[in-house]
Amino acid sequence: MVNDPFGDLRDLYQEVILDHGKHPRNHRHPPDANHEARGDNPLCGDRITVYLTIDTDGLIRDVAFEGRGCAISTASASLMTEVIRGKRESEARALFECFHDLCTKDDADIPDHGPVDEDALDRLRVLSGVREFPVRVKCATLAWHAMTAALAGSAKISTE
Amino acid sequence: MQKDPRCKPQPAHKGLPPEPYDIERVREDFPILKRLVHERPGRLGKPLVYLDNGASAQKPRAVIDAMVCCMELEYSNVHRGVHYLSQQTTDAYEAVRDKVARFLNAPSRENIVFTRNATEAINLVAATWGRCTLEKGDEIVLSILEHHANIVPWQLIQAEKGFTIKVIPCDDRGVLDLDAYAALLGPRTKLVSVTHGSNVLGTITPAAEIARLAHERGIPVLFDGSQAVVHQPVDVQAIDADWYVFTGHKLYGPTGIGVLYGRTELLNSMPPYQGGGDMIASVSFEGTTYREPPYRFEAGTPPIIEGIGLGAAIDYIETLGRTNIAAHEQTLLARATARLEQIEGVRIVGTAPGKAAIVSFVMDGVHPHDLGMLADQMGVAVRVGRHCAEPLLARFGLEATARASFGLYNTIAEADALVEAVLAVKEFFR
Repeated sequence: MVNDPFGDLRDLYQEVILDHGKHPRNHRHPPDANHEARGDNPLCGDRITVYLTIDTDGLIRDVAFEGRGCAISTASASLMTEVIRGKRESEARALFECFHDLCTKDDADIPDHGPVDEDALDRLRVLSGVREFPVRVKCATLAWHAMTAALAGSAKISTE
Repeated sequence: MQKDPRCKPQPAHKGLPPEPYDIERVREDFPILKRLVHERPGRLGKPLVYLDNGASAQKPRAVIDAMVCCMELEYSNVHRGVHYLSQQTTDAYEAVRDKVARFLNAPSRENIVFTRNATEAINLVAATWGRCTLEKGDEIVLSILEHHANIVPWQLIQAEKGFTIKVIPCDDRGVLDLDAYAALLGPRTKLVSVTHGSNVLGTITPAAEIARLAHERGIPVLFDGSQAVVHQPVDVQAIDADWYVFTGHKLYGPTGIGVLYGRTELLNSMPPYQGGGDMIASVSFEGTTYREPPYRFEAGTPPIIEGIGLGAAIDYIETLGRTNIAAHEQTLLARATARLEQIEGVRIVGTAPGKAAIVSFVMDGVHPHDLGMLADQMGVAVRVGRHCAEPLLARFGLEATARASFGLYNTIAEADALVEAVLAVKEFFR
């Protein structure tokens, strides 16, 4: 588009992001969630809670989130719930490391984190546009930070 | 003492007639307004539409020149030199105290304490008067409109002393509930500390009435004037403030300089804030005595260059006329409000009668952070988020708003540019 006033931002706000931002997947509170953590980005007023349902053998059986933030943080949370479901805790953590690099480093500078789910990483690549906008990196990684905090926290017994 | 003749910047608006307000001439005084943003090879930049004045205002040439002049021609430390330059700098710096006193209609220059900013001014009162006065069982009254700068300093002292903080509520327009306020005042109330103008909603609070109700019960009142002093004339005697604080950088002056006005008896009763040079009468290892206010509260080398910049900012504003500035800003507010209200899905937060030229708003389906970033691509700079006023945002059930805050150099065309940006963002997320 020649006269697109937002030309520079089209890489950041790709269709996938707009879609997940508007219609986030797994935007709910699973009654059987046994880990949860809140992510808070006071700068822009994003507040989300990530819920994990983890099996006794460390498999993430369900992932969901509640709360809304900007399009970037909401889309990132939504995509995260899709890619880490069915993963082991260690796999989810490894994926975050790769994703974090994707958001902050040029492709050439991304170190090898060992084997990860390349398909999942490809899906997350749509968020790599935040590299050019340092203030938005926090938005893109908010849900992931909450997810790792939820993993680190002790299992909670759901009262619901 | 004579100023260096090379050190007299041409006042651009000497003798400017009050009507009509010549906005194009005013804009000429602000070098930064000529710049483009998002300019790079292969892409034309966008003219800057600066609507983030509530966070910090741009600086007129007169302020820049005064500070450069100080450093180039008149700079030395103040209050302690016998030499020529020290005396010259001291005179220039202390003259700003007189200017600030006149600006606020304070009874005397001795009522004016220089601080780093409004935040430090409130911390100063909390850490000195607050720590000496407030005890367990006492109550202080703040309002729901407060910036964190008028909440957290009191909480720091509260953690030591254990008093209670009461909060004046507001209605859905953002108007303080004075009946609720009066009901909060009681025998245990030791202080009222409220904003004179909300940085989020633009509400101008009825300062004189707030002070009157408190004074009937012998309770002192502090006003945070950071926003109010920018948008309208302020007379600390008319509103009967016990303390009044503001910051320089929102008033078209530099960062690093703020003001605490204090009633004489109160300043006299307050112990030093920080210790060091300049605030002492005499020092020995057996015991030290302190100077009289305001110097008692100004330890160490003060923000000399910044102070001189603030003086130039006040001169500049007085030349334009605060009433003229307010009238101009109100036309911008009216235009932006009327046009934003017509956009379906946009809701203005804060509709108090007589509010200052600040428009907070939210938009269905679009987070303020996205709105702000996209508007910025069109050159429109607004603030988004919680605006350092989390309790107020929570009161309105909001996580964030976008905020356009107008200044004396903004134009009707810029109010329209804001509206065009909001419409474009709405279309983007459709």
